[in-house]
Amino acid sequence: MGPEARKAYHEELKELKRMVEEMGDLASNAISLATEGFVELDEGKVREVDDIDSKIYAYDRAIERKSLNLIALQAPVAKDLRFIGTCLKIITDLDRVGRYSMDIGKVTERMLGKTHMKKLVSIPHMAQLTIEMVDTAIDAFVEGDETKIEPIYENEEKVDALYDEIFREVLTYMLEDSRNITIGTQYILVIRYLERIADHACNIVERVVYMETGEMIEHDI
Amino acid sequence: MINKVLELLKEEKACQRISMPSGIKAKASDFNLWYGKVKALKDINIDIKENKVTAIIGPSGCGKSTLLRCFNRMNDTIISVRTEGNIWLDGYDIYDDVTDCVDIRRKVGMVFQKPNPFPFSIANNIYYGCQVNGMDVEKDEVVERCLKQAALWEEVKDRLSENALSLSGGQQQRLCIARALAIEPEVILMDEPCSALDPIATAKIEDLIHELKKDYTVVIVTHNMQQAARVSDYTAYMYLGELIEFGKTKQIFEKPREESTEKYITGRFG
Repeated sequence: MGPEARKAYHEELKELKRMVEEMGDLASNAISLATEGFVELDEGKVREVDDIDSKIYAYDRAIERKSLNLIALQAPVAKDLRFIGTCLKIITDLDRVGRYSMDIGKVTERMLGKTHMKKLVSIPHMAQLTIEMVDTAIDAFVEGDETKIEPIYENEEKVDALYDEIFREVLTYMLEDSRNITIGTQYILVIRYLERIADHACNIVERVVYMETGEMIEHDI
Repeated sequence: MINKVLELLKEEKACQRISMPSGIKAKASDFNLWYGKVKALKDINIDIKENKVTAIIGPSGCGKSTLLRCFNRMNDTIISVRTEGNIWLDGYDIYDDVTDCVDIRRKVGMVFQKPNPFPFSIANNIYYGCQVNGMDVEKDEVVERCLKQAALWEEVKDRLSENALSLSGGQQQRLCIARALAIEPEVILMDEPCSALDPIATAKIEDLIHELKKDYTVVIVTHNMQQAARVSDYTAYMYLGELIEFGKTKQIFEKPREESTEKYITGRFG
């Protein structure tokens, strides 16, 4: 084999990967801050999440533009094409992660001045698993390691189980005392957002499988 | 009498054929070629599908044009060339001693990198092959049919007696394709047919290739990988005289099996 050709193009691909990695780190940070803000009912953290979401959106636009430019100008094929296609898909997932974090912030805003029904344990645990899933999905993308789908799927099952468990628990509180309905509804919204974030982490790692192997994971609709 | 016997033996030998798998027009089997002492093609095995476009890609000097020229024995004109193995066309071995090269080239037409029309009129360029081959065809009919097939008729129908060299490069190349079609070939070989053309002329030739495959089997050598991706149904990737990978074009450009193919098409080696 001769020396590498198209160096400038390959540098652009590396830059694109770096941008997606940074966007992923921001999305992961957004979930952390949003859940901390919710647990502590801290308005300052809500504002930080809003700032991060703006940055995530800026990355979304910049990555999309860069990807389309690369397609138009460099005519990528094979793994390069799958890589760029993956970037275009997963930035939508990361953008949604940012939006859900902001939605958790909105719940926090509505809770300001109130107190939690009890010390929160399961929701922070669910948030921690979700953050791990997003982090692992981004690592899988950066390292090109599709085998990371397994721990992500395992965590997704745990997240789903926690969702059902917390949902039932909150429902019980609401049935016991109708004054718990206002706060209980907010809890259900938060766990719903976390569960959706976990689904986006699965989407990301499934795209990594396609990027690495060319095989698409099909789901029954 | 002896001549008659030899002729009969020759006919008998020429009639020997293998049965080709369905949908396969031509086939190379364990084919090797040497330029003097240099082995340029190494154990090539490839099936050329009927009424499909097969593209051969690979870096310079990999043997793609050499392989293309084997399908109508154009390499025979090079004195130091030696071959081993077989190339089958419709089940007949075209490298058989008794095979008539002229007959092969009538069945397997060729279009070259640089348009090379004869310095005759447009009409005579097309009719020339019919005359040489003693074909009993109506000149006006064959000229119109071939120019229409080559998507050139509308541009030149009022100037058929003009010299072909007055045409633009893209028109000259389409004229060469029309000329190749005149002798009613079954396979058309194209050796980088667009490398000397601008993007518009290239697009016209590519459209034409799409049309041609309805009636002909096309094999094209190209340095332009996007062109291979656009026009071909199957792609062969060659490197250092070996056929590294052969498959459907979509598979080659989306998910090549061989690392070497991946590296070449993504420009990771030059």
